[in-house]
Amino acid sequence: MMRLHRVILALLLAAFGWLLARAFVSLPASPPHLADAVTAQMDQSGVTHPLTAVLLNFRGYDTLLEIGVLLLAGLAALAVSGSATTTPRAELLDRPAVLLGLVRVLMPVLVVVAFYILWIGSYRPGGAFQAGSILGAGGVLLVLAGVVDGARVRLALRMILGFGFLVFLLVSATVMAGGRALLEYPVPYAGLLILLIECAATLSIGAILTLLFLGVVAKEEAS
Amino acid sequence: MNQAEIYLAAALGIMLIGLYGLFTQPHLLRKLIALNLFGSGIFLVYVAVARRIAGETPDPVPHAMVLTGIVISVSATALGLVLARRVKTLTGGTELPPPVEPEP
Amino acid sequence: MNPALWVDVVLAVMLVGLAVAVLRARELFVSIMLFVAWGLLLALAWARLSAPDVALAEAALGAGLTGALLLGAARALGGTSTKGDAP
Repeated sequence: MMRLHRVILALLLAAFGWLLARAFVSLPASPPHLADAVTAQMDQSGVTHPLTAVLLNFRGYDTLLEIGVLLLAGLAALAVSGSATTTPRAELLDRPAVLLGLVRVLMPVLVVVAFYILWIGSYRPGGAFQAGSILGAGGVLLVLAGVVDGARVRLALRMILGFGFLVFLLVSATVMAGGRALLEYPVPYAGLLILLIECAATLSIGAILTLLFLGVVAKEEAS
Repeated sequence: MNQAEIYLAAALGIMLIGLYGLFTQPHLLRKLIALNLFGSGIFLVYVAVARRIAGETPDPVPHAMVLTGIVISVSATALGLVLARRVKTLTGGTELPPPVEPEP
Repeated sequence: MNPALWVDVVLAVMLVGLAVAVLRARELFVSIMLFVAWGLLLALAWARLSAPDVALAEAALGAGLTGALLLGAARALGGTSTKGDAP
């Protein structure tokens, strides 16, 4: 990049930084207390952890669209890299002993921890996204160890991809049957519905993250 | 100077560094890394603002937004990497092609 | 100043410094490794800012999964020894 361009860029960024600094300095001294509003309504949300209440109930629409975006990214990665099916590990060592031993020990632990974090998300820090990312990490580990490989697995993963979004959409639409708005869970069933949505979302997120990793890492078949 | 202000200043620095890197680094992967830095700087602003008034429980709504942002950031990075691989397959290089001089 | 804030000052300085180092690293592999380390530092910052869920997600997704994706792509793009553009 030319010297002159770098200088202009630096000046522009400095101006931008100055504007941002002014914005930070002029933040109002008493911001709106959304934390109190959330705490006041939390017994209507079905969970006791404020973040899960916000994420899955009060701002559930954002989470629905977020899972949709994740699904779209997974589908796009599948579309662009669809012809590549060989994972690199298949070309390297046949049976990497230490890695396989590690996978044997770690995978059950990862699954148990993931479901624990999913369950505890209603009461403590945790929830569907953290649990889904742990399952995704497990999937990445399986791909790296060569346990999971190729086209057959992609088909199996594809089945789970849309599951989370579908369940979320179905739940948020069927609650409308009682004359409620979209995503307005009936209060006595709210906790159960949130757990149901989170279970499906966890599985889907794990599958999508694994598929994203496969899409980035897989090689084209040597023609 | 309270805790949130320290992180706001750091977030400002991180955002500017990320932006500079996004524009100056020619290699596609480095561009994506810089973009991630920029995005995380923005998340730092959110969470610092949520923690601003000391002594109260932090505001959970910005936390939810940042959580959503992290997930979407990961999927955008993954998609960007897949596209970078496609660029490599189609053009053989890992940088964007230089701008074509207009015909005089 | 409250002595506990020194932790935050050190963490903030490290975050900014490591961000500069990520972009100035000569080898791509080093850059990615530093980025993963930066993500873990950021998870510490989330913990200091009383955002435990965000810290969990950042450590798993931001540092872990993004690092794995970047490394996988770097290898697939034909080598991790591409030189960086020294600013």
